[in-house]
Amino acid sequence: MDSSRRKFLNGLLGIFSLGGVAAVLSPLVHYLTPVKKQETAVSSVAAAKTNELTPNTAKLFKFGSKPGILIMTPGGDYRAFSAVCTHLGCTVQYSSAERHIWCACHNGHYDLNGNVISGPPPRPLEEYVCFVKGQEVYVKRREA
Amino acid sequence: MLKKINAWVEERLDLSTLRHLTLEKTVPKHRYTPLHLFGGVALFFFTVQIVTGILLLLYYKPTAGEAFKSVEFIVTQVPYGWLIRSIHSWSANLMILAIFIHMFAKYFLKAYRKPRELTWVSGFILLVLAMGFGFTGYLLPWNELAFFATGVGTESVAATPVIGHWLLLILRGGENVTGATLSRFFAIHVTVLPLVIIGILSIHLLLIQAQGMSKPIGIKEKGEIPFVPNFMLRDLMMWLGALIVLVGLATFFPWELGHAVDTFASAPAGIKPEWYFLSMYQTLKWMPPFFIGISGELIGITLISIAGALVLLVPFLDRKASREEKSPWFTIIGVLAIIFLIAITIYARFS
Repeated sequence: MDSSRRKFLNGLLGIFSLGGVAAVLSPLVHYLTPVKKQETAVSSVAAAKTNELTPNTAKLFKFGSKPGILIMTPGGDYRAFSAVCTHLGCTVQYSSAERHIWCACHNGHYDLNGNVISGPPPRPLEEYVCFVKGQEVYVKRREA
Repeated sequence: MLKKINAWVEERLDLSTLRHLTLEKTVPKHRYTPLHLFGGVALFFFTVQIVTGILLLLYYKPTAGEAFKSVEFIVTQVPYGWLIRSIHSWSANLMILAIFIHMFAKYFLKAYRKPRELTWVSGFILLVLAMGFGFTGYLLPWNELAFFATGVGTESVAATPVIGHWLLLILRGGENVTGATLSRFFAIHVTVLPLVIIGILSIHLLLIQAQGMSKPIGIKEKGEIPFVPNFMLRDLMMWLGALIVLVGLATFFPWELGHAVDTFASAPAGIKPEWYFLSMYQTLKWMPPFFIGISGELIGITLISIAGALVLLVPFLDRKASREEKSPWFTIIGVLAIIFLIAITIYARFS
């Protein structure tokens, strides 16, 4: 009888202790998890002036909180992609010499359609739609 | 006067244990005894880190808007600020180098064997913590290289199954590397890591005091040398040498400040992490995008974790050494590990 009462009390103590630990950990974990900020979803941005780029050059632009890259291909077309490398998130750049997109961090290469040519990136770059309106080149997300 | 003070303290506190530790402690004497000195060297650099770190705190401002400017102010305006900052950066690197030498020395002497398994485990944790110091401290000047290095380092964490993305958020303080990341890294660098490292270091040193220094298996030379003053003087000579090397490097090769972060700029060509992360960096670089449907990042992180776990568990894997028998396979593996680490680091640095 004594032993079963002891077992019961020990069990109860264990449950209360677990509850105590959870009561400390839960607010701590919530405190450490960053607060989600309400970001206005960017649908399109003016990425450059029409006279800003020459063939075989590129520029980076802000697309919401992430960088994007606008390229004028050697043929004179505009192409735009997310500039975030799909490998480990570095910001890519345009290599005029190689005429394709390159990430300096782990030597990832993408072609002018955003597809991976070589290196460790697992996925193509997200491609945006470009259009010229007045004196500016606009970039917008592809509609799903 | 000194005797009076001694007697006054003695009347109130029992100092016999302390006296035993300092006066009766001995160190085994054999041809490898000098290899025992590198732990002390690492401790010396750690002390330098604490002192210079406190000095840097007097001027450093941990916000995205001011971090770079404050470090620039330290190195250009504050008298000897460049030296303090340079010593802090060089000493961090030399501390990790000393820990590596210390760890490999203990590995080849099989000092991890029974009954010193926990000393090895605590030492391994100290190495990981020292690298954590390096990783978090690297971001604090808020320069271009640090920004991308932190981006890559924290993005790698995201490859962890199930909780990866949550860990990334906790580390970065959001989806991207921003001022919130800087605040978190600063807090970890100056409060969390020092507290944890001092705790683990105390355990490490306590274990060494309690068990004494190990003697290599099958060593013929016999005898012991007193810790005070013989070994302590050797320690001091090493520390003096370490100080000369540190000050020389910090003076003649002042640590660069780099360029301020532009969060919307491309990663610069030739971007590389610190030398002690190069082997991991190259492993991630070599990984294919996918292998049998598993992402290369995950494979890379898993391989690095397995390697770390194997090093941690060495005392429990080397059964022969625990029976005081020679274990040449572990020596060969150690030599191969050193060759591999040096080769991959040089390749990553210059490729």
